[in-house]
This record gives sequence, structure tokens and C-alpha cells, in this order.
Amino acid sequence: MYHSWNMNPKVGKQYAQYFSERYQELPKTNHSMIAYGNGRSYGDVCLNSGGTLILTKRLNHFIEFDPTSGLLKCESGVLLKDILDVVASRGWFLPVVPGTQFVTVGGAIANDVHGKNHHSHGSFGRHVASFELLRSDGERLVCSPASNREWFESTVGGMGLTGLITWAEIQLMPIQSTFMNTLSQRFESLNDYWKLMEQAKSKWMYNVAWIDCLAKGRELGRGVLTSAEHTVKPMRSAEHKKKNVSFPLTPPISLVNKVSLTLFNSMYFHLPRPTQVVPLHYLPYFFPLDSIYHWNRMYGKKGFFQYQCVIPPQHEKSAVEALLKTISDYGLGSFLAVLKSFSNIPTAGLMSFPREGATLALDFPNNGRKTLALFNELDQIVRQANGALYPAKDARMPIDMFAAGYPALYEFQRFIDPRFSSSFWRRVTR
Amino acid sequence: MANIVIFGATSAIATECAKLFVQRGDHIFLIARNAERLAVLESDLQVRAGSDQRIGYAVADLNQHELHERLYTKASECLGKIDTVLVAHGSLPDQGACEQSVELTLNELNTNALSAISILTIGANLLEAQGYGALVAISSVAGDRGRQSNYVYGAAKGMLTLFMQGLRNRLAKRGVQVLTVKPGFVDTPMTQAFDKGGLLWAQPEQVAQGILTALSKGKDEVYLLWFWRWIMLIIKLIPEWLFKKLTL
Repeated sequence: MYHSWNMNPKVGKQYAQYFSERYQELPKTNHSMIAYGNGRSYGDVCLNSGGTLILTKRLNHFIEFDPTSGLLKCESGVLLKDILDVVASRGWFLPVVPGTQFVTVGGAIANDVHGKNHHSHGSFGRHVASFELLRSDGERLVCSPASNREWFESTVGGMGLTGLITWAEIQLMPIQSTFMNTLSQRFESLNDYWKLMEQAKSKWMYNVAWIDCLAKGRELGRGVLTSAEHTVKPMRSAEHKKKNVSFPLTPPISLVNKVSLTLFNSMYFHLPRPTQVVPLHYLPYFFPLDSIYHWNRMYGKKGFFQYQCVIPPQHEKSAVEALLKTISDYGLGSFLAVLKSFSNIPTAGLMSFPREGATLALDFPNNGRKTLALFNELDQIVRQANGALYPAKDARMPIDMFAAGYPALYEFQRFIDPRFSSSFWRRVTR
Repeated sequence: MANIVIFGATSAIATECAKLFVQRGDHIFLIARNAERLAVLESDLQVRAGSDQRIGYAVADLNQHELHERLYTKASECLGKIDTVLVAHGSLPDQGACEQSVELTLNELNTNALSAISILTIGANLLEAQGYGALVAISSVAGDRGRQSNYVYGAAKGMLTLFMQGLRNRLAKRGVQVLTVKPGFVDTPMTQAFDKGGLLWAQPEQVAQGILTALSKGKDEVYLLWFWRWIMLIIKLIPEWLFKKLTL
């Protein structure tokens, strides 16, 4: 019953044990272990077929918060949502947030997650001041860029394999208001995207483009670029009225299909948009999908896949074009198609995914072999462009892609806890 | 802003209730057995709370009934008047082990029923005297009918439910709300041993939200999640001659 957000890959029986108190010892088990937070990754980095999942859901207490410096200490099972709920109204914000706030702090560190502001803030691990790593031999290492540095660097982006993160200290970023200034701009082609993104990066803290993955020919890569920054003028009194809905059950087949997607994409692209800057609360801006609980159910029982790659700058234009061409010829992606730009800000982690270049992320309904065949074609393009795939979004990458994308792999292996393993790890290193 | 005392504050459901109370701006007094876990919860709530909110705590084993009176005194010293009492402590007995041990059975009845009744008795008199407030106890759907798989727990919770019923009847005339909470399956460390597949399992956050809603609406009894009311209705309607042959 413990699966990842996209319901893929399916794994065998797993044993689950709560880890709810940060002083406690790791469970005594003959199986290998991996931490399972909120299960929001799109693959098997958080799964352990035949092994034990260490449930950190109740390891979710705040420890200390200094409202003058913005340093927050909390247990690793705390959700980013819990943090934002508490600190945003007090003038602080997480410097990096992914597309959902329903991920744990431990997961955000272990996958060194990124947001729409990589060009200004890098990835999550850079803002982690320290954390405690509990090893299976009982040792507790307090790691920071200054002490136990090697353990710090191997654990940030280390996919949970170096031990259990029990708590972490995060340096928050000051904000003046809980609102964002946002600007949406339509672009008619991929060429226009590159130009628009280049300009936007210097002006706005957050930038992300939605791509119409069905558009072909001259319209290939058309989409909408949304830029934003935190509003400077305080508007704290205005609170966001939450109107969350839930996807009540899993339909037998995916509701994302050629018809629904063609309709949606064309409508969404042509939607009238204000040409000026619009204020928007941070919740609908950063986490629009979080307001639909269980949105993953819309893909039906077979679930879906996400494919996220990064392409280095020298090949980004040609490779992204080739990727989009392949996808639009395939004819079925999803409306969740996102193109962003990573800067050369160094990551804190040895195995972190973000690196300079363009990053494309798409969801695909699971159509079995057809979908996997498409991924093989996309792999070919990523390989030739010296790109890499994102483990947190992966349910199927071939072994050679992992090795090629993560040259620190050999060095990293020294830091893996002998009792820790995951389905992902065994799949990509076998 | 209310003044709230929570017995068994480190249980997963009570913890989530405490977070919601603090978020709402309430002052709270926490009571739990495990000092380390209680300290962890207290500092968590301090981070969530505004600088003007009071959060106090006391460590106590609630099976020692003679302590209960003093705990109320301590809570009043911290909070002033007490508006709401939440009784949330409990344990999930090993039914098989209970069947082999009278001592264990009686211990479980003490933890899940008698200690709660002692706490509620004192609380009832306190709230009755001041003429307002709310008593909330976490019972269980298991208390609605005795079943072979956990009737020791069921008997304790059934006793608690009946006691609350009587209390409600008495205090309704005195402006005091008496709320019985009946959770079904909740995904907490207490239920770790279960295979948690299926739609029937709730998260403690959902249960806590349900408790706060029921509390603010002045409800007498709430099943959490809601569908348990109907499931238990069916279970209660099965005639005993048939029920005894089932394996539930």
C-alpha cells in the first residue's frame, strides 16, 4: 500500500515501521531500510521492495525558530506546508519550494529539490544549515558545510541512502508579504521561449514555462511563461481563502487522453491573459495542484510517469527542440509540461540533479510499452546532449543513463549506509 | 481563544488537535506520561504559537488516579479558568495476550476506561460549577459492539461511551458540552501492526479537524470519519444469534 505519487513502478511487499521520535534507534530489522516521508516522489527512490520503509510521517515536530534570523530547526518529517503555514505570516519563506508543498523536509534534502528560482537561489540543499544523520550503527552525525562536510554533501541529493535524516536546520528567506506579483506571457514558438526566458531571468525571481506539448511545426514549443516575485508592499491582512477539492476515486482508465489533452492545451494556450502584473497569494501561485487532493488519480489505475531531464547549455536549444518534436509526434503527453532554466549556482550535494541548462518535465499516462518506448527515444536525445534524468521523478531509467548523469556515483557509494537501500538504487546500479 | 487541557497529549490524534488549537490562538496545558516526547511536543507548539499564547505541561502516568486532582490544579495555575478538557490517552491492547492474563486485561481496562472516567469526573464537577465549557473524550467505534478480535478494548471504550452519555444527560442542563469522539481506523503508530490498505483508514490530521469542527458546532457525538456511523449502524443491527457466528 505504500507507493509513490505516480503509482509506478509497482514493487513487491514492503514492511513499514514508524520512526516517530528523533531520539529513538533505527528499527531492528533484517531487511534493508529507506525513509518514506509523504510519498510524493514520482518513482521508487522512496520505495524498498522486500525491505523496510521507515515512516517519518510522525517525525514531524518543530524544534526551534528564531524569528529575527529566520533559522528554523525541525524534524525531518515536517511538511513544507507546515513550515509555510507557520512562517509565511511572520515574514519568512522557504528560499526554495518545489511544485507541491506536501513533501517532507527530509525528502527535500535527500532529493535536493529545486523550484522556479534556481537561477537566483539554486536548489534546496544550499539553504540547509545543518542536519543530523542517524546511521544504522547508531552513530549520529551532525552535518553542515563546515562539520562532517563529506557526509553533508553525500546526504544532500543522496536519495536517503546515507542514513536517516532526523532533523534539519533551514535558513529561511525574509518576505514582505504573502502575495506574489505575477506576470504571464504567451510565446508562439520555442525560439520565442528562449528569448523571453533570457529577459525574464534578470528581472524576476521565479520563472517557469508551461509548454503545449501537442503543438507541432512552427508552433512547436509554444506556451506560457509565468514570472513572479514576492510582493514588497505588505498585504498581510488579506489571507488566502482555501477552496480545496479532492479527486474522490480512481477511474478505471486515465482521464488524460488525446481528446481531453488537445482540448485543454488549446484552451489553456489561448486563455485571455492580463498583460500587466497581477497580485496572487503564494499558495495558488506555487502550488496550484495542491488544491486538488489526489489529483494523481485522474490518470486511472495504471498511474503515470514523469520524465524530467536537464540538458547542458551548449545543447539545450537543439535537444529541447528534438525532445518536444518526439513528444508531439507521439501525440500524448499531459497538460503538466514544464520548461525551466537552471543556473550554474553550485549544488550542495554530490548527487544533486540540478546543473546548468534547461530542464523539461512532463507527465505521461501509463500506456505500458508504448510509453516506455517513447522514453527510450527521449533517452537517446538526452544521452547525446550529455544530459541527465532526475531520480526523484524516475521509475524506469536505464543503468547507463544514471551512471552518465551522475559522475560522482563512485565517490558517493562510500557514504551509503550498509543497511540502507531502495528499489531505485538496486534498479539503477545492478 | 479558549483554555484547553489535554490528557494524553502525545497521542497522534491529540497532538494534531493541539496543533490546531494553537493555530487558532488557544492556550493549552499538556499532560502525558513520556517526558521526552512531551518536551518534543511542547517545543513544537512553542514554535507555532504567538508570543502571547500560554503553553504549559506536566508529566504524569494517568493510571495513577490520585494524581488527577493535582493535574487540574496545575492546569488552572497555568491557564486560569479551564474551558475545554480533552481526554485522549489510551492503548491498544493485545487481545490474545489479554485472554491469557487477568492482570493485563484489568490494566487495559484501567488505562482505557477507569483512568478516563476519573479524569472526566473531576472535570465535570469543575465545568458544572463554572457553568460553561466542554468535555471531550476519545472513545472508539470498537465500543459500539463487542467483537472477538478486540473486546477488551471494546469493553473499555464502550464503558467510556456510556459514561459520557450519562454525563451529557447531567451536564446538558448546566451549559456544558460533552462530546464523545468515535474514531474508526486511524493511521498512527498505535496501529502500526495493521496492514493499512483501503479507504477506511484516516489520518490523525483528519480526525483532529473533525474533533475541532464537532466541538465548535456543539455536537454530542461524532464518528470520524463520518462513514463509520453507518458502518457501525449496520454492525449494531446484526442480530446476536448471527453475530456470534461471525469472525469480526
